[in-house]
Amino acid sequence: MFKKIYKEKVCYLIIGVKFMDIISLVVIIVLVVVVLFLILVYNRFIVLRNRIDNAWAQIDVQLKRRYDLIPNLIETVKGYAKHEKNLFTEVTAARTAMMNATSLKEKSKANDMLSGTLKSLFAVAEAYPKLQANENFMMLQEELSGTESKIAYARQAYNDSVLGYNNSTQMFPGSLIAGMFAFKQKEFFKTEEIQKEPVKVSF
Amino acid sequence: MNAFDEAAVNKFKSYLLIFCFSIIVIALGYVFGRIYGRGSEIIIWFFMSIAFIIAIIMALISYYLGDKAALSISSAYPANRKDHAHYINSVEGLAIAAQMPTPKIYIIPDQAINAFATGRNPENSSIAVTEGALKKLNRVELEGVIAHEMSHVKNYDIRLMTITVILVGLIALLSDFFLRGLIFGGGSDDEGGNSNLIFIIAGIVLAILAPIIAQLIQLAISRKREYAADATGAILSRHPEGLANALKKIEKDGIETKHANKATAHMYFAHPLKKGFWNNLFSTHPPLTERIKRLEHM
Repeated sequence: MFKKIYKEKVCYLIIGVKFMDIISLVVIIVLVVVVLFLILVYNRFIVLRNRIDNAWAQIDVQLKRRYDLIPNLIETVKGYAKHEKNLFTEVTAARTAMMNATSLKEKSKANDMLSGTLKSLFAVAEAYPKLQANENFMMLQEELSGTESKIAYARQAYNDSVLGYNNSTQMFPGSLIAGMFAFKQKEFFKTEEIQKEPVKVSF
Repeated sequence: MNAFDEAAVNKFKSYLLIFCFSIIVIALGYVFGRIYGRGSEIIIWFFMSIAFIIAIIMALISYYLGDKAALSISSAYPANRKDHAHYINSVEGLAIAAQMPTPKIYIIPDQAINAFATGRNPENSSIAVTEGALKKLNRVELEGVIAHEMSHVKNYDIRLMTITVILVGLIALLSDFFLRGLIFGGGSDDEGGNSNLIFIIAGIVLAILAPIIAQLIQLAISRKREYAADATGAILSRHPEGLANALKKIEKDGIETKHANKATAHMYFAHPLKKGFWNNLFSTHPPLTERIKRLEHM
């Protein structure tokens, strides 16, 4: 008789344990899924944010390239158009301002100014046919034009990355996780209104 | 549809097409198994595996050596900074916009306006443009063309088309095996004579039609990818009118690209072979007028 009760109790124990097993199994699976989801979304944010940093670094590379090309350009143009002193001062000042700009807003403004002064310089240079024919000038013109274009593309890539990142941090359910790990929104690299006439540099 | 939607929709449709392809392959295997009867399943799977292995080997060869082959067939030579600064700067700029490494840059010695890109992934890619394109297109138009080609690389179209070509080859091989098997006396003795005959006839028709249908599907995928590359390229260059105007110039030009032949035609930017009934039916690119229309609506 003892054996019977013993068998019964063991039976209940086994059923009870099996039940607990199923519940805990389900709980474990749900936990694993949630954790995996968190990991995936978190990693996605990291990827998007790194893309932004990379795009920003690209902008800097092109800005530096332009910075390095300008002295050569000024020297070449001076060789043929010595009396355009105002222009040279404007370009140099804008170049310095670009180097000193720190915040996104400052850089954006300084970039527009510098692009504007360079445009004026090239516009003025068209009046000097000998300068136009100079090989060094032609090379610099192409390189600067290419670099301006690459700055524009780098800004585009930066803004595209920021858009993707901002979208992810705002849309549900990513917004919850973004909040958890403090992934904040980033700013766009905006332009001022497009100037039709050459930009007047003002400080 | 704006440019952003186009790219996404086309990607989805391409995968749908590949899915249909796979169904055809499996269906063929099943039908052949039915026709040959019980016990033939092992042989069928054996031959299918062989066909699959051959296809994989072909795929690996074209995957790793495909770009070198394409470049040498078209006699492309590398561009240099001294003579082609404009072209090189454009490619580098667009690579920055696409956030991908700069492809190797080549030029094709041909006077027609055309271009192609090749490479299994963005890290191992090359882009080539004809001398005609460099001469006849302005900066915006050239960048439109380059953006289109780089979109192919960015969207992994080249890899996609390689997979598609494998599947088409696989279907062709299977149909071939089946027809040969029939000649050497296949067909089971289990079922009644009439239904068996119907199956065999159906099988033969299928075996002949399947490769053609597969080829048409491959071309449909290719055309879809061209539209997608047009759209992604428009996003990259932010100037869909650039590519539209380049296409208009090609229309007016009408010169055949001499360095292409049927084998490489699918890679080129605009259909390089001259217009003709068969060339159009089996065209790898959508018609120019339709592409221009879509671009102008972006």
